[in-house]
Amino acid sequence: MKALLQPHRIVMLLIAAGLVMWICLAGRWDWLWEPKYQTLILQGVWRTIWLLALSVLIGFALAVPLGLAQASGPWYLAVPARVFCTVIRGTPLLLQVWLLYYGLGSLFPGIPWIRESDLWPILRQAWPYALLALSLSYAGYEGEVMRGAFASVPRGQIEAARAMGMPRHKILTRISFPQALQSVLPTLGGETVLQLKATPLVATITVLEIYAASSRVRQDLLITYEPLFFVAAVYLALAGVIVLGFAWLESRRPRRTA
Amino acid sequence: MESTLGLLALSPPGWGGTLLVALWASIRIAVGAFGIGLVIGLAGAYGKIYGGPILRDCLGVYTTMVRALPELILILLLYFGLTDLMNRALLVMGYERIQISGVVAGIIVLGVVQGAYATEILRGAILAVPAGQIEAAKAMGMPARKVASRITLPTMLGLALPGLSNLWLIATKDTALMAIVGFNELTLATRQAASTTKAFFTFFIAAGLIYLVITLISTWGFARLERWARRGDPPRQAGGR
Repeated sequence: MKALLQPHRIVMLLIAAGLVMWICLAGRWDWLWEPKYQTLILQGVWRTIWLLALSVLIGFALAVPLGLAQASGPWYLAVPARVFCTVIRGTPLLLQVWLLYYGLGSLFPGIPWIRESDLWPILRQAWPYALLALSLSYAGYEGEVMRGAFASVPRGQIEAARAMGMPRHKILTRISFPQALQSVLPTLGGETVLQLKATPLVATITVLEIYAASSRVRQDLLITYEPLFFVAAVYLALAGVIVLGFAWLESRRPRRTA
Repeated sequence: MESTLGLLALSPPGWGGTLLVALWASIRIAVGAFGIGLVIGLAGAYGKIYGGPILRDCLGVYTTMVRALPELILILLLYFGLTDLMNRALLVMGYERIQISGVVAGIIVLGVVQGAYATEILRGAILAVPAGQIEAAKAMGMPARKVASRITLPTMLGLALPGLSNLWLIATKDTALMAIVGFNELTLATRQAASTTKAFFTFFIAAGLIYLVITLISTWGFARLERWARRGDPPRQAGGR
């Protein structure tokens, strides 16, 4: 609190508050009270949140074997994992999203057994492709992070576990994975914020998340800035929640007492 | 597959020429934005380290805001906001309004975004230069500019290059975002070619390969640059961790 009370910071805070006030008063905000746009915005926020949460979960579940394969796998697993991570990290996410949506989306209708399957009503929508693209992207970036994490588990511990006759999967679940996870938690927090910032890209394939909702408002009412400021505030709030959540996770890390 | 590969030919029935023109636009935006980002970053890093409290706080607001907001929203805000502000300023000063070309707008907008990340990377690298070297240079009476050009910048270059290499890769991939404001760069040209010919996989995979080649060449180039920049470093001790 003391840091905020330096004179120039008070002036800066006043200027910032003035700017926010000016945006609120001079801008056109009546659409926020229209039920039509309220449901659009709430649905958008909800879609953004579950796209983010699911893609992070799926992506992380894929990243663990990808990292493990690269850190200590045989070459026939390590090389494909490495190629996957390089391709994902070396091409724009927008291109991946479009490749999956337009490419797979144009391929599937031509395959009879997919069209007749029960999954077809789901596959006709855009969100499965968005979720797939976001998950693969997160897996690619995190696979690289997990590789470093697994490689940094001290060798002596694994050798000791092996000498005690622990089977390999138990070494993984009891020794390597918990330590790798703890060492990557801060990185994961940052990467999850990056993933949040990547979600608006799926608006380009007609998934109605919060950014798409704001563009709808902009197109309907022909206003440029207000919806953009509004989504910017939403993303800032979501990023804040993610940062706080990961800080809480890190604070739960068991501490050495002796 | 035979027939769709023919669509990548350079002459008009094929779309290869269109893609190459778009690739050139992408590269120009990436290089320009990276350059502007470096200039802003260097100024910002020095400002954050040696500037007064007000300058430091202003730079802190800039880097935090840019890094917390999605690039897409920043691009839209800056793209509309900057052109709007400029035109209003021109009208007030009595000039005609002008239309900013897509390439220039893309370079400026992505440059402002890159500048925030570059500020943090360069600040970290400058702070990692041993203080004793700068103090020694000052004690020998070197003027501040010479301390920067002879001591700080050459020493921090090796430390900053891995981060800058990442930033450059982000710049090449962020040019794809200009597709959303309708600027005809590689990704948008690819989508147009793909939706016209319905050969989605051929074009998207071809564009992906182009991006991948850029990434691999850049990674190799930056690794060489880093080796060169670190040529004067003391050899690292073996077996340490």
